[in-house]
Amino acid sequence: MTRKFSSTENYVATEDLSLAVNAAITLGRPLLIKGEPGTGKTQLAEEVARSLEAPLYRWHIKSTTKAQQGLYEYDAVSRLRDSQLGDEKVQDISNYIIKGKLWEAFEEDALSVLLIDEIDKADIEFPNDLLLELDKMEFHVYETRETIVAKKRPLVIITSNNEKELPDAFLRRCFFHYIKFPDKETMQQIVAVHYPSIKKDLLDAALNAFFSIREVQGITKKPSTSELLDWLKLLLAEDIPADALHADDSGAIIPKLHGALLKNEQDVHLFERLVFLNKRKQ
Amino acid sequence: MLIDLLFRLRNAKIPVSITEYLAMLDGLDKEVASYSVENFYHFSRLCLIKDERHYDRFDKVFGEYVAGLHDLFDEIIGDIPEEWLRKEAERLFSEQEKKDIEALGGLDEIMETLRKRLEEQKERHQGGSKWIGTGGTSAFGAYGYNPAGVRIGQKTGRQGRGVKVWDKREYKNLDDERELGTRNFKVALRKLRRFAREGAMDQFDIDSTIDATARNAGLLDIKMVAERRNAIKLLLLFDVGGSMDYHVTVCEELFSAARSEFKHLEYFYFHNFIYEKLWRDNRRRHTETISTYEFIRTYSADYRVIIIGDATMSPYEIMTPGGSVEHWNEEAGSIWISRVLEKFPHAAWLNPEPAAYWSRVPSVKLAQEIMQQRMYGLTVDGIGRAVDGLKLKH
Repeated sequence: MTRKFSSTENYVATEDLSLAVNAAITLGRPLLIKGEPGTGKTQLAEEVARSLEAPLYRWHIKSTTKAQQGLYEYDAVSRLRDSQLGDEKVQDISNYIIKGKLWEAFEEDALSVLLIDEIDKADIEFPNDLLLELDKMEFHVYETRETIVAKKRPLVIITSNNEKELPDAFLRRCFFHYIKFPDKETMQQIVAVHYPSIKKDLLDAALNAFFSIREVQGITKKPSTSELLDWLKLLLAEDIPADALHADDSGAIIPKLHGALLKNEQDVHLFERLVFLNKRKQ
Repeated sequence: MLIDLLFRLRNAKIPVSITEYLAMLDGLDKEVASYSVENFYHFSRLCLIKDERHYDRFDKVFGEYVAGLHDLFDEIIGDIPEEWLRKEAERLFSEQEKKDIEALGGLDEIMETLRKRLEEQKERHQGGSKWIGTGGTSAFGAYGYNPAGVRIGQKTGRQGRGVKVWDKREYKNLDDERELGTRNFKVALRKLRRFAREGAMDQFDIDSTIDATARNAGLLDIKMVAERRNAIKLLLLFDVGGSMDYHVTVCEELFSAARSEFKHLEYFYFHNFIYEKLWRDNRRRHTETISTYEFIRTYSADYRVIIIGDATMSPYEIMTPGGSVEHWNEEAGSIWISRVLEKFPHAAWLNPEPAAYWSRVPSVKLAQEIMQQRMYGLTVDGIGRAVDGLKLKH
């Protein structure tokens, strides 16, 4: 039986997330992961690959990415150049077929992990172009007239930031999991995994400050896990004592080094105004 | 038995199809989810739900569905032999935990008590300090706080402490019936975009040129292409003043979202209903107006028209000449809007009032009829459906 995925020493996977990954492996279906930015969607694929000791193929999607590029590309320019130079290679078209990430993953004998990162960045039609490939795990190379079939169905992990709606036909073929924002307890585990030596009181103070910032109404970009981790790194580097972070009675303070948490100036202004108002009330 | 869940989900307007249902059965067949309701909940959600906006509705349906089945699950757990429980417990507990258990009377004693309680217990149980079930401080059941607790069917007691995961309805605010900020409007409107290469072929297309040249056995074959542009043109007509004052924010958000997404965007205002005049600037609405005839002549029929208004008024304001509250209109509003709709076959009406109230207001019903049911709520979901509707001609 295949190995099971669960939390690793540097990644905390909730129970439902582990179940999702294991189900996707067992049933050979792509797993679509959504969630707030910074909740570790991309990292999931890396950790799954590491814990299953499977090779990871990363396919990062940009607005210009075409589905075909994941399968293969025909390098017509090289062939043209070679033909001008009279190279022998030019006779065989397969010399100019460049394998894409999907093809590479299909060639693995054992289980491999294929990450299709930020699929929503691509053109609206992009997911539709991959329907058959992800369903049957095979595709046809027209230039050489051969059909490539996956030796072993790779675990396909797809991440999306919800910038575009994905087509229904595509969704039907995937398992879907939404990574919800971790609660305080999970967050403590996540931090413990990244900074095992952090002092408890500093962590408590930092988490309180962090979750109270997330609760402020009207913040445009809520800080997420990755921002919290960055911030803690800074706090540790600057050796800030825990009591410097404690919220006063008014509930709102500007935490030290808040630049790591608040990523745009409107949010910082909003926060400063709130602090100012609270001070006046006292 | 599970078919029932599928139909309940479909009744709750969650788009679930046979494909997903079969995938779920396949997974259950392969024992992906072990025999606990939590696992089944997570696994069925994984298979059946494809959008986090449906999580909340799923939680509700699942809660109702499972409530009726819980006796059955208790029966199954009641049948588990002691041998199995002991094995499971030994596997789950760490050395430290086992020591703690010793402190509480030892594993044997706990197992004995567990067996007794299993016999006594007949109903679904949650919370409390004695019965087996979820939550609470009893030594038995999942998610407990007792260090000697026997965890049944659950490995990492972290999530959903106390309450059932689906009872918590954590995804409540992800349902798409809510109204949202600019960004989500943008995402919804973005579906309307249609990229097309239009105009003069003024861009050198390197890929096609190389491709054509190579296929041409090396003889240069230059290809040109037109620039890719968003070809959709949009006309927004806003109702302003009166009862619309309550909806200013949401209209502003829609407007700014639309403005950033569409290059060809024109907007006009009207009050209560469309009559013979529209205007661009609310401060000079009495001096600088454009006649609706001119409006219809100016813009080509490929513009998409979106009317934003609550359509809440007296029916006379729509149906009769002179019905307008502000001025004497020679022709009824319904005639004017028909002229607009005739010219622009792609049109939709967005109504900021919640759709549940529409049927109670006669004027909204009238407007619905005139729009041929193309009235949608001013929510992300509504815009999504409006965008789908705008793709069709009427």
